[in-house]
Amino acid sequence: MANFFTDNPDLKFHLTHPLMKKIVALKERNFADKDTFEYAPIDFEDAMDSYEKILDIVGEISGDIIAPNAESVDQQGPKIENNEVVYADGTKQNLEAIVDAGLMGITLPRKYEGLNFPIVPYIMAADIVSRADAGFVNIWGLQDCAETINEFASEDQKERYLPRICKGETAAMDLTEPDAGSDLQAVELKARYDEKTGQWYLNGVKRFITNGDAHISLVLARSEEGTHDGRGLSMFIYDRNHKALTIRRIENKMGIKGSPTCELVFKDAPAELVGSRKMGLIKYVMALMNGARLGIGAQSVGISEAAYREAIEYAKEREQFGKSIIKFPAVYEMLAVMKSKLDASRSLLYETSRYVDLYKTYMHISEERKLEPDERKEMKKYQKLADFFTPLLKGMASEYANQLAYDAVQIHGGSGFMKDYPVERIYRDARITSIYEGTTQLQVVAAIRGVTTGGYLLRIREFEAMPLKPELHGYRRTLIIMTDEYEKVVKAVTDVNDLEYVDFHARRMVEMAGNIIMGYLLLLDTERDTKYKTSTDIFIKRGKADNHAKANFIFNSSIDDLGNYKHNDSE
Amino acid sequence: MGLKIIVLAKQVPDTRNVGKDAMKADGTVNRAALPAIFNPEDLNALEQALRLKDKYKGTTVTILSMGPGRAADIIREGLYRGADKGYLLTDRAFAGSDTLATSYAISRAILKLEKADIIIAGRQAIDGDTAQVGPQVAEKLGMPQITYAEEIISAEKNKIVVKRRLERGVETVESPLPAVITVNSSAPACRPRNAKLLMKYKHAKTITESQNASEDYINLTADRPFLIIPEMSVNDIDADAKWLGLTGSPTKVKKIENIVFQAKEAKRLTAADDEINDLMKELIANHTIG
Repeated sequence: MANFFTDNPDLKFHLTHPLMKKIVALKERNFADKDTFEYAPIDFEDAMDSYEKILDIVGEISGDIIAPNAESVDQQGPKIENNEVVYADGTKQNLEAIVDAGLMGITLPRKYEGLNFPIVPYIMAADIVSRADAGFVNIWGLQDCAETINEFASEDQKERYLPRICKGETAAMDLTEPDAGSDLQAVELKARYDEKTGQWYLNGVKRFITNGDAHISLVLARSEEGTHDGRGLSMFIYDRNHKALTIRRIENKMGIKGSPTCELVFKDAPAELVGSRKMGLIKYVMALMNGARLGIGAQSVGISEAAYREAIEYAKEREQFGKSIIKFPAVYEMLAVMKSKLDASRSLLYETSRYVDLYKTYMHISEERKLEPDERKEMKKYQKLADFFTPLLKGMASEYANQLAYDAVQIHGGSGFMKDYPVERIYRDARITSIYEGTTQLQVVAAIRGVTTGGYLLRIREFEAMPLKPELHGYRRTLIIMTDEYEKVVKAVTDVNDLEYVDFHARRMVEMAGNIIMGYLLLLDTERDTKYKTSTDIFIKRGKADNHAKANFIFNSSIDDLGNYKHNDSE
Repeated sequence: MGLKIIVLAKQVPDTRNVGKDAMKADGTVNRAALPAIFNPEDLNALEQALRLKDKYKGTTVTILSMGPGRAADIIREGLYRGADKGYLLTDRAFAGSDTLATSYAISRAILKLEKADIIIAGRQAIDGDTAQVGPQVAEKLGMPQITYAEEIISAEKNKIVVKRRLERGVETVESPLPAVITVNSSAPACRPRNAKLLMKYKHAKTITESQNASEDYINLTADRPFLIIPEMSVNDIDADAKWLGLTGSPTKVKKIENIVFQAKEAKRLTAADDEINDLMKELIANHTIG
């Protein structure tokens, strides 16, 4: 009888952020659906009440079904039978509950049988489910693909595919190939258009495909013969009913073992083109990836939540030298730092989700009517913020999830190394978050633009101008000092005018920006609720020291140092 | 051909997590201290009804609950899971009913509803643990009854086939319809609340509840009549007052004893070797083992 939504007041705190009023009004087009759909909200309060009640269902399913199944799912895992993926028994049970509860297609419009929820409550559901079982969220969270179909597919395709997702069919995004991982421009899977049948056919291999045997798959393929870069790639929908796919194997992974990671062979598989040719990678995959990265952000925060809870419970119970180990400074410091990282990354998660909500909703509205000039300006602003914040979130939150999982095992001592406690699984599950959907190193490549264009700085200065209670001004002064230092660092690095030198320091600078941004977000959370003051205090003080060390390193380095780090084959 | 199913459901205090305030000094249940929940086995019963609805097109599931005004929560919980309608049987005259008076009132109410093919209830409620109401309703309605049901296998051609969970195994029995079925907790758990149904029915209220509702709500029910949960009182069920409430309840409580569990202090151990070692030594020392 556990409920992972109601037992965690931080979730409701983020759900009820003041900006939600605007998000909900836009998303619901001023509540126009209420006359057409019996389940549409009549006003803002009604909509918020619905989000909360539906998250209560998610919390109940997560606490009562998904979490208790996590161990057996981890042990049993999926298998291939007659060229089909068969989920572990627990996964089947989880999925059945989720489908019965109508929790597929959460963000899709009601006309396709979705719930028309904003991104914020959807991401919150992913946060909750991930705490219960990080592997399961992959199967459920691939409804992101439906969002891409909703954005770019034709009306006819939307009408045929989206209701199927809402009824409980699963999705997959088939991007990676044996020789095209981080570098998706190298995708070789062939798409051939047959003039006679007027049909596209896919041939080739995809690898590391999460939920590869999904009902509906989005496939990135080379439609332009003779091309070798991203401009020759298009996006296709493959429907499992065609049975033109061989599941060659399921990977034996370190973690998230319940989520089937497949190697697929397409053999003359009929497929439908999505949107325009040649836009596959340039436009659609970028949108898909941004959605997926936000999802990994949620997964990371959910894992951090699970790790923190396991750690604190164990530290209270475990007695050594005649007292609970939580009484020892070495342990309580670890726990307090874990909590501050958890709070910080969750705050960044929902801030980013709100940006995505605002710009995507404006974008959908712009397909219905012309936007007013100030609306267009807002859309642009939030789109930029979403682009800057998504890689920052994905990078920072996934690294924190790994740090929290590491510390949680450490607090368990020898017991944490055994399979007897959930932390062992959490530790393995966490590891993938900083790798897939773009490694942390690739998130830095995307996020560095926020540093060099001044995008982060602009937002930081906006945070700086937001009203604060007098007792919190001291923290702001610290953050201003950190910001000035950050500006100097960025100037020092960019003044060298060498791209490789920027890349060399990129992660340091992105993390410095991240420390300041999360510091402000926690401070603004504390403005709304003083219970975040402890985490704010810890996070800002540690962030200041961390930034200072990074600045120190950067000021004492020069472009000549790079040679020391470069691997030299002749040696 | 669709079936007409009535599910009997009761709101009960959650006696599974009893704290020290669970009982009052006079030995009665302190309902204020315990959260009110959907009786667990009634949820198993609802699931059986919903499975028949999934299986036989056109089937309708109606919840009938007897209790105070706040038991309307049970009806809403049922609607969120897939029930089509709900009735709240509520009246001060029902206060103090034992199982006999309860089953009398419920059976009178059932006769006022659309003729049912199947009446499904949980085996027993966790507040009284009598398991009498279902069988008594069957007797009063002159219907066959199948108790301890674990699975309703089919309900076709006026015949129902049910798997029963007995002490030493399972048996499959068959009965003509209409019939009363009571369901065990070993039957599958009830499906979760459905998001769309929850949003559709969350504003559903009984007439009594809607008296304090805002004008917006009143306007809403004009367009959405399904938001009104009908109430039934003594006057609606053609009941004879002498069989109702306290007067209709021959069960008399003779004596109540407070049982205090004498359990000794519990001890928590982890799987660590040293703790198991200590435990072994302790058990040998006090001659529990060895």
